[in-house]
Amino acid sequence: MAHQAAPDANTRLFAPGFAGHSQISARTLGFWLYMLSDALLFTALFAAYAVLDTPMNAAGGPIASQIVNPVEGFWQTIAILGSVTAYSLATVALKTGNRAGVMLGIVAAMVLAVVFLGFGFNDLATLTAQGNGMDRSGYLSAYFVLILTHAIHMLFGLIWMLVMLVQIPRDGFNEMVVARLLNLRMFWQFQATVWVCVYIYVYMIGA
Amino acid sequence: MQVHVPGPWSPLFGRLTLDQIPYNIPILQYTFAGAMLAAIVVVGAVLYFKKVGYFWREWLTTVDHKKIGVMYIVIGLVMLFRGFADGLLIRTQQVLANGPNAPGYMGAQHGFLPPFHFDQVYSAHGTIMILFAATPILTGFQNIVVPLQLGARDMAFPYMNALSLWLTAGAAGLVMLSLFVGDFSAAGWVGLIPLTELPYSPSTGVDYWMWAIQISSVGTTLNAINMIVTIVEMRAPGMTWFRMPIFSWTTLSTNIIGLTAFPVLGVALALLGADRYLGTHFFTAGMGGNLMLYTNLFWLWGHPEVYFLILPVFGILSEVVPTFCEKPLFGYVTMVAASFAIAGVSWVVWLHHFFTMGAGPDINGFFSVATMLVGIPTGVKVFNWAFTMYRARITYTVPMLWAMFGLFLLLAGGLTGMMLAIPAVNYTVHDSVFVIAHFHCMVLLVVAAAFAGVSYWFPKVFGFRLDESWGKAFFWTFSIATLIVFTAMFALGFEGETRRLDWTFNTAWKPMLVVEEIGMILYVISLACFALMLVFSIVNRKKNAAGPDAWGTSRTLEWLTPSPVPFYNFAVTPQVNTRDELAWRRKHGLDKAQPEHFEAIHMPSNTGMPFVIGMLAAVWGFAMIWRIWWLAAISLTALIVCVIIRSFYKNEGYHLQPEEIAAMERDLALGSVVSEQPDRSHHHYSHVEAH
Repeated sequence: MAHQAAPDANTRLFAPGFAGHSQISARTLGFWLYMLSDALLFTALFAAYAVLDTPMNAAGGPIASQIVNPVEGFWQTIAILGSVTAYSLATVALKTGNRAGVMLGIVAAMVLAVVFLGFGFNDLATLTAQGNGMDRSGYLSAYFVLILTHAIHMLFGLIWMLVMLVQIPRDGFNEMVVARLLNLRMFWQFQATVWVCVYIYVYMIGA
Repeated sequence: MQVHVPGPWSPLFGRLTLDQIPYNIPILQYTFAGAMLAAIVVVGAVLYFKKVGYFWREWLTTVDHKKIGVMYIVIGLVMLFRGFADGLLIRTQQVLANGPNAPGYMGAQHGFLPPFHFDQVYSAHGTIMILFAATPILTGFQNIVVPLQLGARDMAFPYMNALSLWLTAGAAGLVMLSLFVGDFSAAGWVGLIPLTELPYSPSTGVDYWMWAIQISSVGTTLNAINMIVTIVEMRAPGMTWFRMPIFSWTTLSTNIIGLTAFPVLGVALALLGADRYLGTHFFTAGMGGNLMLYTNLFWLWGHPEVYFLILPVFGILSEVVPTFCEKPLFGYVTMVAASFAIAGVSWVVWLHHFFTMGAGPDINGFFSVATMLVGIPTGVKVFNWAFTMYRARITYTVPMLWAMFGLFLLLAGGLTGMMLAIPAVNYTVHDSVFVIAHFHCMVLLVVAAAFAGVSYWFPKVFGFRLDESWGKAFFWTFSIATLIVFTAMFALGFEGETRRLDWTFNTAWKPMLVVEEIGMILYVISLACFALMLVFSIVNRKKNAAGPDAWGTSRTLEWLTPSPVPFYNFAVTPQVNTRDELAWRRKHGLDKAQPEHFEAIHMPSNTGMPFVIGMLAAVWGFAMIWRIWWLAAISLTALIVCVIIRSFYKNEGYHLQPEEIAAMERDLALGSVVSEQPDRSHHHYSHVEAH
């Protein structure tokens, strides 16, 4: 039992005017927790990929070394890291309240993300056209779904950025907009981190 | 890429045709009639008493954590009843369909349920009880109690809280809908692979099961985030970590599990969905699929899920036992440590669900030892409760009786769990009803604690205590029924009965099957007692009216607020001075102290958006189940648009003014109820605008 002091003249029973928590702090923590659950989602997908990345699970279809192209993946990596850098520059502009700087950074981040997604979809479309689609083998299922899950995350990030491009001129940098911009930065950097894992586990080890 | 499905498909209605409605199955006719009757009574009453506006304003659009909690528990209790009805069907089928000469009724060769229907019943029973009964009930308690225990005005994200609720409600609606449109999964609540694959389960049953779980899991994950942030950020001044009530601690640990485990279930089901919808080969029996990958992913979630259910139960016991022992909880710090130890170990025991996979002695040995480790923190908890009761002045109220019965079930379930943790033993009883009896001891512990919680916190939420004598009748009939059914089931397990049998071939099992059925009849009687308890409680609500501290011996902050709790919780945020703050205040005669003046309180505005999004999610699930692509596209787009529209809202709530609070507090002191928000549409107090 914890020590319990007797009440005295200084004992306060109420805290009038207690301001409570800060919105940005709660939202940031909440979003970190969401990222944690998202990390677990990718963990499970990587685990599934590791299990299915065997010649047996390729079922006579291509194995990793026959489909991944680390050089092209390298350009994809440059694109996504460039996108993150552009977004980071946007948040630097946010510090000075420079609206044009923030929006320019976001637009640059979007362009580079579209380049990244273009490479990815081109890859998957080529494979499918060759008859090596996701329904070819267990291995290709894991490869496609891992890449597509990441791509869907990127797409949602792009929609989010579009929304911010409307809200920044409309509302300025109020508490909610800033909270969203900061969480979006976290989200965007996390997607790049996931891609780095994809590049290492799928492209480099696979090649 | 689109998978070819057997049977008709049209662009407008997908796989939905008129003969998907099972109007020719007698049991479903009665169920449908009953459900329609209940719906007519409820809707009719709402219309007759002109309460549509009230329901929309005060319930469907509410962001009040207490009302959301109540709705979670109502959903959970309705689904508990549905799950119990399934259990009754299973037991009755097995006792009727015993032996080669067992008669058949209603088109069945033996008993009254054909195998395919029986398989749906046990699959629904498990799915419903775990995900749509136990989970919402416990989430409901966390919603109601945790902010109050912390001295907070609401959850960290009230809007997201309502969203979690309506996603859960939409998913529960899909499960219920599967009764009347199409069928439900017949592949067990765990989704036995590759039985859940399209070639072996071509109907929409598996899709109902899969999408309902997916949608409710999103709700559960969002709720976990909300709970953790609330506990970290929203504690009243002075409430340090080690002054926090145990129920809040267990809520924290359980939601860390929920947050990290549910994404894995999401992946397991999404990959299964890819197999069924896109023709991939994750878990197929050929083309490079891996069956055990599904089983591992499922139980990677499945076992943490067990502790996700059990930890809040331990929290409820830790609140109820000290209250009715009039003593502080023995070993508070060890209780906290044990909760987190259990949460941690929960991640490394999943393989004990399938020792028979044959992973070899090293792996089975590791998971066997890890499983047995769970017994240490759990044992610490049991001893803590026992030492709290030791030489205490115990009041045997209904919540305390449930808590003590819960302890007994924990012992029975825990010790048989230790037996199952030994791989050699496990091989002999794997998939026998011995395992079923073991885990029913654990989930009935959840039920016992849920009823302990219902009777314990009911006066806090509704302002009057539940009828004590009918509560005791309910308790005794329910607990004796539990002992009868599951003692017999342990015996049948030793006699070799395996699980999921629609026909029990061995006539030597007949006596124990009859004993089980007697227990089921007693369960039905206990349900009647429960209903009568509710009726008599409402009739006698004046007599059983409760003050702020309904039990007179409770210890935590929620009992500082009036009963029922006003929508703003605390007129002035309390300053916390010690652990068990209310007990300390009572001891020093400070529990009746009132604040001297009030300051404005910021309140979130109600919004219908979470309800709309939850319903859109359910429509999307329905469209995906029946492969109505246009509807799926529209509902998903509408859902995303709703989320975006919401982010453009400028209304960030309103301020309750000090004079309003003073007036409401005066009313409360005179015994009136302040659970409805004041109408602000014709009010001179302005809404808060975004800065």
